[in-house]
Amino acid sequence: MLITCPYCGPRDVIEFTYQGDGNRERPDPASQNFEAWNAYVYDRLNPAGDHNEIWQHSGGCRTHLRVVRNTLTHEISSVAFMRGDHGRGDHGSAARRKAEDKS
Amino acid sequence: MSPRRTDTGGRIDRLKTIRFTFDGAPYTGHAGDTLASALLAKGVTLYGRSFKYHRPRGLLTAGVEEPNALVTVLKGEVREPNIPATMVEIHDGLVAISQNRFPSLAWDINAVNQLGGKILSAGFYYKTFMGPVFGPLKGTRFWMFCEHFIRRAAGLGSAGSAKDPARYERMNAFCDVLVVGSGPAGLMAAKAAADQGARVMLADLEPRFGGSANWSDETIDGAPAADWARRIVAQLAGRDNVRLLPRTTVWGYYDNNTLAALERVSDHKEQPGKGEPRHRYWATRAKSVVLATGAFERPLVFPGNDRPGVMLAHAAERYANEFGVLPGERIALFTNNDSAYRAAVALKKAGAAVVAIADVRPELSPEMRRLAAEAEAEIFAGHAVVATEGGKALSGLKLQRFDMTNGALIGDARSIHADCLLMSGGWSPTIHLASQAGAKAEWNAARQAFLPPKPTQQWIGAGAFTGSFSTLEALAEGRAAGLAAAGGQSTPSVLPVVEAVPGDPDPAPVFEIRAKGKSFVDFQHDVTAEDVRLAHREGFVSVEHLKRYTTLGMATDQGKSSNVPGLAIMAEALGKPIPEVGTTRFRPPFAPVSIGSLAAERFGDLKPERLTPMHDWHLANGATMYSAGLWYRPMIYGHAGETVEQAYVREAKATRESAGIVDVSTLGKIAVQGPDAALFLDRVYTNMFSTLAVGKARYGLMLREDGLAFDDGTTWRLGEQDFLMTTTTANAGKVMQHLEYFLDVIWPELKVQVTSVTDEWAGAAIGGPKARQILATCVTGTAVDNATLPFMGIVRGEIAGAPVMICRLSFSGEMAFEIYSGAGHGTHVWEALVEAGKPFGLVTYGLEALGTMRIEKGHVTGAEIDGRTTARDLHLDWMLSKKKPFIGSAMMDREGLIASDRLELVGLIALDNRPLNGGAHIVEEVDEANPHGSIGHITACCYSPALGKHIALALVKGGKARQGTRAHVSDPLRNRFGPVEIVSNHFFDPDGSRMHG
Repeated sequence: MLITCPYCGPRDVIEFTYQGDGNRERPDPASQNFEAWNAYVYDRLNPAGDHNEIWQHSGGCRTHLRVVRNTLTHEISSVAFMRGDHGRGDHGSAARRKAEDKS
Repeated sequence: MSPRRTDTGGRIDRLKTIRFTFDGAPYTGHAGDTLASALLAKGVTLYGRSFKYHRPRGLLTAGVEEPNALVTVLKGEVREPNIPATMVEIHDGLVAISQNRFPSLAWDINAVNQLGGKILSAGFYYKTFMGPVFGPLKGTRFWMFCEHFIRRAAGLGSAGSAKDPARYERMNAFCDVLVVGSGPAGLMAAKAAADQGARVMLADLEPRFGGSANWSDETIDGAPAADWARRIVAQLAGRDNVRLLPRTTVWGYYDNNTLAALERVSDHKEQPGKGEPRHRYWATRAKSVVLATGAFERPLVFPGNDRPGVMLAHAAERYANEFGVLPGERIALFTNNDSAYRAAVALKKAGAAVVAIADVRPELSPEMRRLAAEAEAEIFAGHAVVATEGGKALSGLKLQRFDMTNGALIGDARSIHADCLLMSGGWSPTIHLASQAGAKAEWNAARQAFLPPKPTQQWIGAGAFTGSFSTLEALAEGRAAGLAAAGGQSTPSVLPVVEAVPGDPDPAPVFEIRAKGKSFVDFQHDVTAEDVRLAHREGFVSVEHLKRYTTLGMATDQGKSSNVPGLAIMAEALGKPIPEVGTTRFRPPFAPVSIGSLAAERFGDLKPERLTPMHDWHLANGATMYSAGLWYRPMIYGHAGETVEQAYVREAKATRESAGIVDVSTLGKIAVQGPDAALFLDRVYTNMFSTLAVGKARYGLMLREDGLAFDDGTTWRLGEQDFLMTTTTANAGKVMQHLEYFLDVIWPELKVQVTSVTDEWAGAAIGGPKARQILATCVTGTAVDNATLPFMGIVRGEIAGAPVMICRLSFSGEMAFEIYSGAGHGTHVWEALVEAGKPFGLVTYGLEALGTMRIEKGHVTGAEIDGRTTARDLHLDWMLSKKKPFIGSAMMDREGLIASDRLELVGLIALDNRPLNGGAHIVEEVDEANPHGSIGHITACCYSPALGKHIALALVKGGKARQGTRAHVSDPLRNRFGPVEIVSNHFFDPDGSRMHG
């Protein structure tokens, strides 16, 4: 499997570390919603087809990437940096909005 | 009469004699011989004993599909079992032995298993080991007793236990076109692609390129096919855009057109060349692949088809033409197709007498009659072989009239005197790689074979692989495939002229002759046609179940010769056509792969090592090194005549009495910097770091998202926005990845940079009652007194002219300091400290003493933070801040994580004054005969010089409440039982008066 890192170009999968299902939403850190935390920590999608995944280019530039991979064919249809991805978890996006408001 | 070498012919070099041994006896062969051809040339007919019945077995094939002639090759202490003799190239000094025989190959005691054939039938294991009652032993227990002997009797070669000193390599390769197989089709494909300028790799599992061209009697462009092949190979070898890989088995076809191959680089040499590995694993990414892997000839299934001397027709042709070896003097053939007639002519030409050709087909073409006449062989059309005779070699066979429309045998059997019987049951294209690539094979009724389907990845087939069995078709398809794979345009040009023996590629649909006696389907696993039918009678209808129940096709040859006949017999039993029964999917590897090649550089000389800056000093000063992950750390600095225990006890004792120094450079060190660094650490650690003053350090604990303990260490605030985090040695990489994940994925808005600086700093920890005095004599530029350098304080200064950073913190429980210097100054600073300590009795100490002192103090490490324990379990709940959320805070109070019967950290003292063992279980009541009822286990243990006792840390159910009570260790594997007292994990100086000074 080749992953095309936006920094480093196409690299073998052995340079990357799988960092989990990219569909998880991290609850607000102060949240006591146990169901939401449980879902975040333990629930994983297992689609037969395209899957949103997080990969770290640990043997390269070390950035985290959002990779859409087909679990049936290993075909990778998109790779993007996680950072700057505005669809991310509550805490992240809320804080980012706050930071943007200030600037 | 026996097999022999011919005077001329073959692609061996008769002028070069090679000496080797087989089963201890010396043999000679010639350059170009395989072990199989060299032994056959010397008249050897017996090569092994079969898996279950210990029947004598000879050579069935001449190639990778060989199921019978498996040998063990010995190289020094290293033994490699189960290699087909047909795949071993002989070299001077080769030592090979036969397998699965006792006491010898010729006289094997377990051959009596043949008499018990009925009970060793299909499903033997499932039926047998639950059994009736035999006297005092209950059935199952009785069989468990027998199993030992049965397993010893059934099997293949045995693996060795010596360490393999060979080196293995992995190569990542890229090419435009990978051609698998170098027969006429593969050679044409490689040439056509190379002519287009494509980067081409050509791999063949044989040492000689050319495939069938090496042993066919055909001519190509007027020259013997082998000469044509050599010419093409010479052309390819001279080109920059072609890489030739002989002895290379492409064994796996993975996604994105990635193929795995094993190159046997130096197995065929007495000594590997300088720098040469034994095997090389090629991970190849090919834009396009040409599969020209040919076809395997199938055996026919009839009684006695496994007797030594019964061989596939093309294999005999190959022995005669490629190796100059006649497998017999009086040869008979048994076939259901035309291809065997070619073998008859070849063997006649090579000097054998062809006494009979039995063909199941009643009508034969004039061409075949002409070929039989050329071979001077008597034809028995509409006949079948119903029995073979002989022991360790064939002496004769029986023919009977056969009606292929209903399988009936008619009339009386007729005996034929022959010392070799060649059989041909048609050909199965070698579609393994295509099947691995995801395609489902398609049954072709005319060819009576599974043909490769439409490609699911970027591959193109050519030659016998596609079911096109003639050389002319192979050349045409090869060229077209090579052109297409290279993206070239087909230009009209003339194909080479092939002169070949004619023949119909379609066999008669006959797989089995049903007559009395054992008819083998899977030679390697001793599966008979009757076993297949038995499985059907017992209700196994799916081909997958059939395979598992009978173990058909599950041996090391993966059923290369047996899959299709087995399936055909199953289909007949089911009364269904073959395509409806279906075939199993092939999985990697195509042929056995050495584990060493997969591990490659991750082991042995090329394995990476991490050495601390003071490594050479440790070695020069008597340290025994210990590998911790990739790191090497001093275990002890032993004196002459000291045991490990004596050394660490001395080191720990001296440290507590005066002072000791230890190399702590391996601790993970991460620079956490930026405006939000303090905020980030508050989220990462369970305790507060934003409140930490500049110039101070704090002990911190991290949890995982699920609330379990993750790692601990001290973090130093070097500046308002500048922290130096330390982690445990083992978790340095994991913690770094953890921090990067949260910064990159969860909190991208935080302005924090994390940088691994583990290798930038050398660290030395000096501790003991005299540690401060030692520092005072060698540190300049700062005071080190209590006011300037209080507990957890940090100062900067110099030691012997090198800048250092000193933090007063303690793992040993003594007044202690960690001295960090630039890695380049590490040894210089270390030597200065050791020198300064001499008048004070400073000792160097290693991991054992370090571990001893931490156990005495009850500090936790990876043995206790084992991924299952919580902060509370480890009595670190005082570190869980209630003022802020942190990673893991939401999940750490779940019901199961705060239950009262959790394993909690305790100390143990051995009441019998004997050493305790790591991993030993703790029980309330000991029962040596029937150990049970574990309430926990020991995580770390030592002899404590401070207490004068054998002590341990342990995780024990509800441990805190058990303090002050007694329990027992129960360690049946090491036969260690005995009473212990459960105490607090803080054995020594619990109030910390020593470290606070």
